[in-house]
Amino acid sequence: MDMKLRLKIWRQKNAESKGHFETYEVNANEHMSFLEMLDVLNEQLISEKKEPVVFEHDCREGICGSCSMVINGRPHGPVQGTTTCQVHMRTFKNGDTITIEPYRAGAFPVIKDLSVDRSSFDRIIQAGGFISVNTGQAPDGNALPIEKEQAEKAFDAAACIGCGACVAACPNGSAMLFTSAKVSHLSLVPQGQVEHSKRVQDMVAQMDKEGFGMCSNTGACEAECPKEISIENIARLNRAYMGSVFGSQK
Amino acid sequence: MWIFNFLFKSSIGRKLVMSLTGLFLITFLVVHLIGNLQLLYGDDGATFNQYAYFMTNNPLIKFTSYGLYFFIILHTIQGLMIAFFNKQASASKYAVNTNENSSWASKKMALLGTIILVFLFIHMGDFWFRMKIGWISYVEYPGYDVEIANLYERVVITYSKLWIVIIYLLGLLGLAFHLNHGFASAFQTLGLNHKKYTPLINGLGKAYSILIPLGFAIIPIYIYFINR
Repeated sequence: MDMKLRLKIWRQKNAESKGHFETYEVNANEHMSFLEMLDVLNEQLISEKKEPVVFEHDCREGICGSCSMVINGRPHGPVQGTTTCQVHMRTFKNGDTITIEPYRAGAFPVIKDLSVDRSSFDRIIQAGGFISVNTGQAPDGNALPIEKEQAEKAFDAAACIGCGACVAACPNGSAMLFTSAKVSHLSLVPQGQVEHSKRVQDMVAQMDKEGFGMCSNTGACEAECPKEISIENIARLNRAYMGSVFGSQK
Repeated sequence: MWIFNFLFKSSIGRKLVMSLTGLFLITFLVVHLIGNLQLLYGDDGATFNQYAYFMTNNPLIKFTSYGLYFFIILHTIQGLMIAFFNKQASASKYAVNTNENSSWASKKMALLGTIILVFLFIHMGDFWFRMKIGWISYVEYPGYDVEIANLYERVVITYSKLWIVIIYLLGLLGLAFHLNHGFASAFQTLGLNHKKYTPLINGLGKAYSILIPLGFAIIPIYIYFINR
């Protein structure tokens, strides 16, 4: 079914400029994904010789974490556990007004329109979100026995796509859910043990350096995470960090 | 030094200070409530006044009370500094806010804490300060060499004014909301999140945040309406 929508979209020239909302009318179809609907809008703007709306997208299948935007006050829109690209227009009604804003957090400055600079996440990963192993043949699947429940917890944490919805949802602009997921998925398996203590301290130090806020356990991150990462990971990071500060030589 | 860097510079350490001082204050509230319920004893304050005398003169309790003042100040300063930092880190506000993803109290901890702080100044002014500078009457009890401050009488006079009772109830309402999030949050910050225990802690926190302020609220209400 065809639908007529009114879009209130944040337009901002660059990080320095102030930014404002602009309203557009767009004709969409309920089978379109949210990003396809924005494509239609941009086609329309281009044909009118206007500047298209800048938004990030890549895989469009819910695994890359690029499509960062806040739709009607919710990062990645109204559907639970779903990225923007997997939200379909059938979630909205004909005649709806949809407000689309960029992520708003001190550590995520706006680049243009809906696109924000999330390189602070890359620097947190670079600080310690890796394990050092010799490359070569892929190891045998079951060469290293890991308890099923443990492996599943690690995998749940590893499902984090680093999209930044947690920071966008947090009233403090805190990156604790992201950092804790990245620490957890390595610390729960044997391969992550060697560098564990250093990793925890280095990643938290980088997170603090980037200017993210402090966690006040509101749980907003967990509620908005498209991969439904649990704040249980934040508690694990708290434990690991205290353990590393008090229990290591460093 | 590393310990100061941890407690006052690292995000997790700063939150740990909030958690530990908060848990100390949570235990204090239980002791404070049990002691104060003696106001309702119906013996014109004999039990309460003697208890208050013990609490203000026992050296061990005096020492603990200095710890209490220190932790209140630390919890306040650290909390306000975190709130100011977080305000900057969250940048500008969204045009649309759904408020579906988190509780109101969890987002307003600094505001609720400030309400409690203002209430604390009023509360200390009403009783502690008056007793310190001697704006209080004294009473004799058998078995004591000295005259004891009649704190009970002071409480009854204070709670005989409706506007003071209302201020106390508002302060306690702020406390209830602060605890409603703070109790369970303190455990999460400590890193205690467990499939079996966290639901218990959350339930206990909700019950605590209602029962403790309610217990305190009974005192001014009882005195104003029944025991004037």
